[in-house]
Amino acid sequence: MTKLRMNQAVSAALADAMREDPAVVVIGEDVAVPGGVFKATDGLLAEFGVGRVRDTPISEMGFLGAAVGAAATGLRPVVEIMFGEFLGVALDQLVTEAAKLRYLSAGQYGVPLTVRASVGAGLGFGAQHSQCLETWFYATPGLKVAVASGPQTAYGLLRAAVRDDDPVVVLEPRRLYGGRAEVVTGDDGIIALGSAEVRTAGDDVTLVALGGTVPVAQEAADGAGWGAEVVDLRTLVPWDVATVLDSVRRTGRLVVVEEGPFSGGWGTEIAARVASELFGELRAPVHRVTSPDVPVPYAKPLETRYVPTVEYVREQVGELIETGRTPRPWWSREGAHR
Amino acid sequence: MSTSLDRRVALRDPTARLERMMEIREFEGRVKDLFFEGVVSGTTHLCEGQEAVSVGLAATLRPTDHVTCTYRGHGVALALGCEPSAVLGEIMGRTVGLVGGVGGSMHLSERAVGLMPTFAIVGGGIPVAVGAGLSCQVLGGDDVAVAVFGDGATNIGAFHESLNLAAVWKLPVVFVVENNLYGEYSPIASTTAVTDLAVRAGSYAMPAETVDGQVVDDVAAAVRRAVERARGGDGPTLLEMKTYRYSGHSRADTGPYRPDGELEAWQGRDPIALYADALVAAGTVTAGEVDALRSAVTERIDEVVAEVRQAPEPDPSAMFGHIHA
Repeated sequence: MTKLRMNQAVSAALADAMREDPAVVVIGEDVAVPGGVFKATDGLLAEFGVGRVRDTPISEMGFLGAAVGAAATGLRPVVEIMFGEFLGVALDQLVTEAAKLRYLSAGQYGVPLTVRASVGAGLGFGAQHSQCLETWFYATPGLKVAVASGPQTAYGLLRAAVRDDDPVVVLEPRRLYGGRAEVVTGDDGIIALGSAEVRTAGDDVTLVALGGTVPVAQEAADGAGWGAEVVDLRTLVPWDVATVLDSVRRTGRLVVVEEGPFSGGWGTEIAARVASELFGELRAPVHRVTSPDVPVPYAKPLETRYVPTVEYVREQVGELIETGRTPRPWWSREGAHR
Repeated sequence: MSTSLDRRVALRDPTARLERMMEIREFEGRVKDLFFEGVVSGTTHLCEGQEAVSVGLAATLRPTDHVTCTYRGHGVALALGCEPSAVLGEIMGRTVGLVGGVGGSMHLSERAVGLMPTFAIVGGGIPVAVGAGLSCQVLGGDDVAVAVFGDGATNIGAFHESLNLAAVWKLPVVFVVENNLYGEYSPIASTTAVTDLAVRAGSYAMPAETVDGQVVDDVAAAVRRAVERARGGDGPTLLEMKTYRYSGHSRADTGPYRPDGELEAWQGRDPIALYADALVAAGTVTAGEVDALRSAVTERIDEVVAEVRQAPEPDPSAMFGHIHA
């Protein structure tokens, strides 16, 4: 057990993966000499050399496409996309090529590719560098999607992604890179894709969170007047249906806590499934606490409201439990927007 | 029974190269007929007129080299060695198809001969070939990667990013552009700032050659020079193959947008006729043997069509295979 910041946990995972398998290469903008703009690849160049740790041109279409081809022909590349938004210029390579090569070759070509990308608001980067992009990928059969919620999940999910024989997108909430925690490294620290974690036990409600909302949900539950099971989903594709259903069966209530627009958010999938499977067993409507349907605003007071806050989550959950009815979101209640 | 690899190795022989070009021509004609008959659904992109590029390329590469190709890929697949019944099976969506019928005309793949799944997105395969070249470089050995794409793809960002990356990393990649003068329905001069595409390599300090894509042994020789450079660690090359698409872009397109006489002028330099004449002149074959070859090819493709017509369509369960490892 070592105390690491989340970016250090990423570096540690990459170093361990590269020691384990000589086919693992790290590719991205400024990942080698500078060690990554978020310092998540620091030290790799010194240990593994220029053959396996490669700075690229600012050219996502080129180097992500190259990583797909490399993965199909014997390497196990890990690509860093500095800001997840930059995947927008290379979606073809991920969604239309990587996700389909195994299918379109009847299994002759697999794509053991890991794409790491920073996501999320909180650092004042404005509308084009602050989005959560899970929903860009989650309706693409052939891709897996995992989201780190702190140093341990950053380490464990990344190790599992690199070992996986299919393309995996690992999203890292950028505002969590600096947070420190004890990290179990090595095989014991690896987190199987598709497994959620129940972080706290409670009887009144299940809070399902992912990535950056995990610490928010956790803090909201700590010291609240009600008891919550906080579930860190960890992997969105495939998601751990059994763990979530088991938890909601016990608590009778589901609140999904999401960073990102209300409409079409990843929580719609969770909410719909739970409502459908546990219809008769619910004590309250399934509920989603999300961001409003707006681009991420810059000014600090606005950006702070954009991401569900601890107070907001606590208030929404409290009202749901108390009234048994769906609480209105803050922007409707405060008249900021209908 | 012959295998895909046997078919590939056979191309060392000039007569086999002639025969393979005839096979591709005959095959594409049948695909067109089957499409109009309604037994090929969706779309087809035929390569009649471009046979020398496919065969010259395949005659030069090793089966362990990696090839990415476009949706106009029937000829490349057949040239690399894929069995006609497996290629037609895929086009007709049958279980005997290269990937069991889930792919279709635009998605052909056979790893044994180095054919990665052909790409239905213009330019999609170019960076993938760069990555295959990266594998060759990092894992050692002297295999190379080849990207085959059309002139239209040279206006796609992925083309430029790929050439730059391959040049910066000095990767063993050969970029082969089949300049058939049309991107979909638009003539090259209306969409592209330069019509001699080899010059585009200059922006990436990359060697390039302009090749007569109608002469199979010229194609093979140019590919050989580029491949030797790549195998020797001297990095990528761009080869522009000047060629022509006899058919339109796809399906029922007959190419009405082409100027009068253009098709006929290119047919006057037909790659199959040129090579047959050259082999007869060299005394490699007689005119009678050329005719016999053509008849044998027709007969064989007749058999392939009959066989694939009888082949089963996939069960519903087939759609669930090979999504994950």
